[in-house]
Amino acid sequence: MAEKKVKKEKTPRQLMPEQEASIRAKNFDEVPTGQSEETALIEASRCIQCKKPACIDGCPVSVDIPGFIKLIRDGDFTGAISKIWEKNGLPAVCGRVCPQELQCEGKCVLGVKGEPVAIGNLERFAADYERKNRKAPKLEKKPLTGKRVSVVGSGPSGLTVASDLIQKGHEVTIFEAFHKPGGVLVYGIPEFRLPKEIVFSEVAGLEKLGVKLECNSVVGRTVSLEELFEEGYDAIFIGVGAGLPTFLRVPGENLIGIMSANEYLTRSNLMKAYLYPKYDTPIIRGKNVITLGAGNVAMDAARTALRLGAETSRIVYRRSMQEVPARAAEVHHAEEEGVEFYFLTSPVKFNGNEKGRLTSMTGLKMELGEPDDSGRRRPVLIEGSEFDLECDLAIIAVGAGPNPLLTQSTEGLELNKWGYVVADSKTGKTSIKGVWAGGDIVTGSATVILAMGAGRVAADSIQKYLELGI
Amino acid sequence: MFKIVRREEMSQGNVILNEIEAPLIAKKAKPGQFVILKANETGERIPLTMADTDPEKGTITVIYMVVGKSTLLFKELKPGDGYQDVIGPLGQATHLEKLGTVVCVGGGTGIAVLHSITRGLKQIGNKVISIIGARNKDLLILEDQMNQASHELNVCTDDGSYGHKGFVTDVLKEVLEKEDVKLVVAIGPVPMMKFVCQVTKEKNVKTLVSLNPIMIDGTGMCGGCRVSVGGETKFACVDGPEFDGHEVDFDELMLRLQAYSEDEKKSYEEHVCSLKG
Repeated sequence: MAEKKVKKEKTPRQLMPEQEASIRAKNFDEVPTGQSEETALIEASRCIQCKKPACIDGCPVSVDIPGFIKLIRDGDFTGAISKIWEKNGLPAVCGRVCPQELQCEGKCVLGVKGEPVAIGNLERFAADYERKNRKAPKLEKKPLTGKRVSVVGSGPSGLTVASDLIQKGHEVTIFEAFHKPGGVLVYGIPEFRLPKEIVFSEVAGLEKLGVKLECNSVVGRTVSLEELFEEGYDAIFIGVGAGLPTFLRVPGENLIGIMSANEYLTRSNLMKAYLYPKYDTPIIRGKNVITLGAGNVAMDAARTALRLGAETSRIVYRRSMQEVPARAAEVHHAEEEGVEFYFLTSPVKFNGNEKGRLTSMTGLKMELGEPDDSGRRRPVLIEGSEFDLECDLAIIAVGAGPNPLLTQSTEGLELNKWGYVVADSKTGKTSIKGVWAGGDIVTGSATVILAMGAGRVAADSIQKYLELGI
Repeated sequence: MFKIVRREEMSQGNVILNEIEAPLIAKKAKPGQFVILKANETGERIPLTMADTDPEKGTITVIYMVVGKSTLLFKELKPGDGYQDVIGPLGQATHLEKLGTVVCVGGGTGIAVLHSITRGLKQIGNKVISIIGARNKDLLILEDQMNQASHELNVCTDDGSYGHKGFVTDVLKEVLEKEDVKLVVAIGPVPMMKFVCQVTKEKNVKTLVSLNPIMIDGTGMCGGCRVSVGGETKFACVDGPEFDGHEVDFDELMLRLQAYSEDEKKSYEEHVCSLKG
């Protein structure tokens, strides 16, 4: 047994093939092209099937990771997807966008001395295999309960709630403000990182199970929570995300050519401006593009700019590489594609021409000082270090806040001082009876999988409420 | 699909009226609010302030000028056809209040939006004096409706082909001299609103304007519609579309409206060419 273990550890982590950087930086096709069955089998065999698997603790929705990997190892790919589905309704999405290095893979014991099992890649493999082959038995649905649940927002938290509760036999309707479902998965994350076809296929799966989808429904405007209760809904889940862009509040920010990452990515992703003029929505195709911020959204914007023909695409960030909040893989991909990083640089103002169009950004250099509240070293301005960076497009990707559209129009809904919904972390319950909330509208901008975790918590609580009245 | 139940052409076919089935929106909408319309799968999301609503019939009415590819696509829709997507009601409603004498100033398709606000101001008990204008007689819209919605209606044309010859601001100056005006509502092309505000600012008469900047979602998510109001950045979609005209930076707004002018021109020309085969 011990010998076998040593042998397994020697097998290197199987890399997923990718489009070459210089080629992919000019197209919107997905960057990693997917794992072959052969390499998936090898990768799955690297898992040592720990008795107390730490990886599961690292997963916000507690997928039975060694369980599905064992099934892949045994060649039962369909069994693997069914195993994942027990806990995760969106594996094709999570396999692509989860920060595995901080979650499951970050806890994998193989990572202590070598490289962790590529759990994310295997999850993606199982999900893609099923999408191609469609062999897995459909999820089972409990008999109808007659209870009705409305889900506000069709992003990751809302889809998780809908998936969990439709299987319990409740009637579920999702209300989406945009004309297409998926929330941030569709308007925010670019095609080259998460093909939209995958999201729509997941949503279609929910619709097949009986979930109703109402697009173009702005809850808080088209219909209020009160009216939803009047219409006979027994429970409401709010998962509207953090859709309020943060701007820098520096002079010149309203010049043409400066936009929020929300706007830039929504134009490109949801409205398909990258296919303009086939699609009617235009987008500014900057020659020299800067992106302010260094999270996943900033990487998405900077990489989109390259694909839209930018000659230079630069990330401007106040702190250093160490503090970059984006997933390691995103930073790596961005660098490979030619995104340049301007660390320890703070924007002071934007400069424009007589037509009101952006021509450059004036920045200041920073140095790292003492740690701040978040434990990260606080950047301090270096006097007299001003410099100009030429640019005709600047994308502001420094975070998002809570969109007040629903929260302000709902009486009795308790908000914290930043405007996020106050919800019990163990149940997702809000200050209004029968109303739950989860995802970014509760926590502020976080990840897809954390939103899904919050959706799971709320769905469990809603189930108890509908079944037992508690 | 959101079906078009009535369609009218005005202003020599440059301005189109669509009455659209949208019962949920019709039930909720108030004067001053807007909707976003998208004609088809590949279409743009276009914000338009509603001209009217009929909650009982379950319809909303929009009136728009054909200025680019998207509005040309809208124009091609016939009764029985529909918009793929209509979203709303969005934005803040006009705060209607009894104040005394109010003046409603409208230009171009702004008159469509102005007319329901004018009607509301009259219904609530104000004395309403209206001034509407167009380049020439043929381009004037909704004169009868504005006449009914007001106690007094003044019409101006730039070329003098109908009514007063000259700009709405000329008549406005006269009215402000004679009457104790408590509020001016001005809706129309940005330069018109800007000049109206210059006139009323001198007289210190509060002035509301309704803005229609470029936007995507209309729910406060993208920030594309930001306008400077009193030195602060506001989102027209959630904070507006109406603002205190004396505080609005119209010059910035005019520039921002040009953000995609080259693309828009190209799209329009290509579409017109494709129609001609």
